[in-house]
Amino acid sequence: MTEGWPVLSVVAISLLQVIGVAVGGPLLVGLMRKTRCRLEGRLGPPIRQPLLDLRKLIRRERTQPEHASWVFSVAPLVFVSATIPIAAISPLVATHPAFASAADLFAIVFLLLLGSVAIALGALDTGTAFGGMGASRAITIGALSEPALLVAVIALSVPARTSNVPAIVTRSLAHPVWLATPQRLLALVAFLIVIVAESGRLPVDNPGTHLELTMIHEAMTLEYSGSDLALVKAGASMRFAVLLTLFANLFVPWGIATAAGAGHLALGLVSTVAKVAILGVGLSTFEVAVAKLRLFRVPELVAGAFVLSVLAVVSALVVP
Amino acid sequence: MFSPTLTFATGAVLVCAIGAVWMTSVRSLIRMVSIQGLALGLVALILGIHQGDGGLIATAAVVAVIKGFVMPFLLGRATAGGSLVRETRPLVNVPASLVIAALLIVLAFATTRGIGRFVGTAAGRLVPVGVATLLIGFFVLVARRRPISQMVGLLLVDNGIALVAFLCTAGVPFLIEIGATLDVLLGVSVLMVLAQRLAGELGDFDLDALQELHD
Repeated sequence: MTEGWPVLSVVAISLLQVIGVAVGGPLLVGLMRKTRCRLEGRLGPPIRQPLLDLRKLIRRERTQPEHASWVFSVAPLVFVSATIPIAAISPLVATHPAFASAADLFAIVFLLLLGSVAIALGALDTGTAFGGMGASRAITIGALSEPALLVAVIALSVPARTSNVPAIVTRSLAHPVWLATPQRLLALVAFLIVIVAESGRLPVDNPGTHLELTMIHEAMTLEYSGSDLALVKAGASMRFAVLLTLFANLFVPWGIATAAGAGHLALGLVSTVAKVAILGVGLSTFEVAVAKLRLFRVPELVAGAFVLSVLAVVSALVVP
Repeated sequence: MFSPTLTFATGAVLVCAIGAVWMTSVRSLIRMVSIQGLALGLVALILGIHQGDGGLIATAAVVAVIKGFVMPFLLGRATAGGSLVRETRPLVNVPASLVIAALLIVLAFATTRGIGRFVGTAAGRLVPVGVATLLIGFFVLVARRRPISQMVGLLLVDNGIALVAFLCTAGVPFLIEIGATLDVLLGVSVLMVLAQRLAGELGDFDLDALQELHD
């Protein structure tokens, strides 16, 4: 898998990806907030505000509900540490990070699911009404969106004849014809809906509200404070950044570093940051234009994504 | 150029069928039917140009005008005065309908790939798409209760049949295709009149209210 790639540079790539996602995730959230504010005619907080928030939260004392068990305090750690391996092994900046052969599609979706389950368990653990409500909503949506994600990427893996994500990216670079087929378009739409649903962005969940009738992700984090809250927030923004970067590299792979070397890596980093920033601004612009969906219609949206991805797989199998 | 464009156009027909299951507001249902009619016309146009068949190109124009514009216009007229904005009480809820639609697509591809191999052309391979559209149309007919949704189901079935006919044969005769299209147009008009009478009599579009005889 990594022949021609010096071990040192492979490790450097993974480190770069993890640090890039950890810093870039909050910056991406800040960029999207800034875009939204500007479009609404407000000045908005600086882009690095989410990072400053994290620094502030880490210094604060962490309190725990009286009856919370160990699940409550372990959940944020699992949430973040399930995301870090995805950032390390996925093709975010270069096509050959460390342990690239382990970056199987099923492994990545499993790690994502592990994070969602951990945070839902943490929310259930305290026994508060809001925590349980948020957890049940998040799992209801996740039960439809995680399979949709899996099936959408399977549609991309069929022409590449591998379920290894770095290999899919490498092979789509080698065959640009694959990039403009109907099944890719269907998978693209399904993947976008899944990203919006998984990361709690606007038509599904409003990240800026604490209204009990509508919140999903925020309801699960209500009991957390201090460094625990910082972990939850960092984990959520990292997941979002990883998903968007994977999306960008699977559907628009150009620019990703295909060879070792500082020059290639710098180019890969710049192109990845540019792609994700464009996607983030685009999503944020879209969010200004839409209203939040009624909660009971969210499963309809995500089920639609699932059907589109099934259709993508069927057509990938039938129309070579 | 021929094969990718044909795949895109037939794919659009099926995606519109899924859209008709996905959307519940009457306006977007009608828009889906309209886009599907245009995509169907595009399929006929691509096949006509590829085979150099003038009759098929004329059929494409007729199909696009009637199914893309006239029928959506009639459907829009039928519902313009009504208070109904969305399908309120489907027998099967939308997420379950979508999963069933996915199963129907898999079923269509699993059962009718042989037809494609029998026809042996590039277009023939796409026959399962038409069959899947037809099955989804039948499902909409069964699972939705409002006349407008049932008309949409009827149109989906008809578009699926027309798609299979276009893809299987070396061009449907102009007269037959125009006959079938006008038949469906007549059906839609009659259903539309029925729906308006229903709304006038009962103040509602619910077919389930028709359970006993009236004078």
